[in-house]
Amino acid sequence: MVLAEHTAGQVSEGTHELIGKAAELAAVLGGATEVALLGPRALADQLGDADVVVCVEHPALAEYLPEAYEEALLEVLAQRSPRLLLMSNATVGLDLGSALSVRWEAPLAAYVAALGFDDGALVATSKILGGKVLAEVELPGERAIATVLGGAFSAGAGEGGGGAEILGVAPPAALDALRMSLRRVVEPDAGDVDIAAADMLVSVGRGIETQDNLEIMAELADALGVPLSASRPVVDAGWLPKTRQVGQSGLKVKPRAYLAFGISGAPEHLEGMRGAELIVACNTDPGAPIFGIAHYGTTVDLFDLVPELVDRVHN
Amino acid sequence: MRIVVPMKSVPDLVEEIEFTADGTGIEREQLKFVLNEWDAQALEEALLLRDSGGVEVVAVGCAVDPEIDQILYTALAKGADAAVRLADARAGSSSGPAGIPVAARAALLAAYLEDQPADLVISGVQAPDDPDGQLPPTLAALLGLPHVSVAVGVEADGDGVTVRQEFAGGLSHELWVGLPAVIGVQSARQAPRYAPISRIRQTMSAGGLGELAVTPREPQGGPVPRRMLQPATTGHAEMLTGSPGDVADQIVELLRSRGLVKGE
Repeated sequence: MVLAEHTAGQVSEGTHELIGKAAELAAVLGGATEVALLGPRALADQLGDADVVVCVEHPALAEYLPEAYEEALLEVLAQRSPRLLLMSNATVGLDLGSALSVRWEAPLAAYVAALGFDDGALVATSKILGGKVLAEVELPGERAIATVLGGAFSAGAGEGGGGAEILGVAPPAALDALRMSLRRVVEPDAGDVDIAAADMLVSVGRGIETQDNLEIMAELADALGVPLSASRPVVDAGWLPKTRQVGQSGLKVKPRAYLAFGISGAPEHLEGMRGAELIVACNTDPGAPIFGIAHYGTTVDLFDLVPELVDRVHN
Repeated sequence: MRIVVPMKSVPDLVEEIEFTADGTGIEREQLKFVLNEWDAQALEEALLLRDSGGVEVVAVGCAVDPEIDQILYTALAKGADAAVRLADARAGSSSGPAGIPVAARAALLAAYLEDQPADLVISGVQAPDDPDGQLPPTLAALLGLPHVSVAVGVEADGDGVTVRQEFAGGLSHELWVGLPAVIGVQSARQAPRYAPISRIRQTMSAGGLGELAVTPREPQGGPVPRRMLQPATTGHAEMLTGSPGDVADQIVELLRSRGLVKGE
């Protein structure tokens, strides 16, 4: 079973990736692919790549609301008893996965990059420690939960066919006694530059060490006439605005060239920039995960390399 | 309002990671441990709430975590009102080579919070070394409390809190959550404050770190480690070598050949 994620009437791309994987595993088990759709039934039209869509409708499910989703999903799990629940390892999965693991009494694997059956055992591979280590774990028992990294699997074939059987599940009483409510949906700030529209980005990560050091990166970005973007630690430190953040909680970018300096390449970051046509990474750690997706890499220190680059671009 | 901030240490990501002899865990003996960066954000958010008045902040760590004393003293130096190191009262319990699973950590904290309830529990949204889930929702489920993760701002609001929950692409939801509740923080409203070494030394010499032994319920079984692997990072990127100048020449040529840099 896959939990469908949707916003503003649109089912996410990640949901189809999970359905594709669920279909593959269901084929191994000889079972069906079900999707839990919490919210408007009309969205089932976009879930044609599933066999069955299990729908719970309630006013509290119009947009994502943690407690409402958890109660509704628990009801669906109790009624359908799936072998495996797949969720995104983004906000919804980070929010609900572990709570459902306790309440549905099923082991959970997070940061999942690979998933399959090995001699009857369900085995997940988790990317931990910022992608530096792969932990292969077995999920014992008759049911399990996996929260899956974006881009780990490709979307299934029958996307959007609209041929799934639809089953309605009555909303549980807990949805009328929630301890939280959605006040408003806040659209992202427009910001001074749109990094998602740039042809090329100079992007900087934790390796820059201090805010003062950002100056040499800004100099390179200026010389190239492109925006300066960053990975999460630089934004969390308050050195660059949120609008410059590339990654799962920032923006997804697909520039013609992405120059990454001092970025290790945590899975959340890779999700935001893996679509770039050319990725050049500079990191002194030869084991940095960024080199696993970069086209070109160097372990030269960025503090030695960047001034040389500025020099050459200027001349 | 009493805010409890569970904190943990994690391997420093700049360190070379080695595996245990049986290949199922990380060799922790030689590793340097630092505060989980999301817990640093959570502490900052709790201290921001404290700055607005009427709030007591208690930092809590598990006694078996490496460097936990240093982390808790630093929290005191930053302005936490109290710090507590939790020990497992059951004889023979230990962290084991892989550290404490999320379920066991949550069980320990739940035992503490059932004894000394908090209005709000604020912790880091995740820890980079937990393949078995996240602490805040696990703890909330054990305590039967509402919870919100991936929070980027928490503010007092009547008999609850307003929480900003962030989604991909910078979209966020503003939620009202009744207390008590558990929040998993992605990032604080401002960068974590700094505590000078001299002040951390002062708090250390003043003591003030409490230790409490609690008896947790048996945690639920989680995933079973099979093996650890280093991801293949070599073989994909073509490595550019030579002096910084040589590498710069090659990068500029790559961009030039794609028409992204003018000249020659």
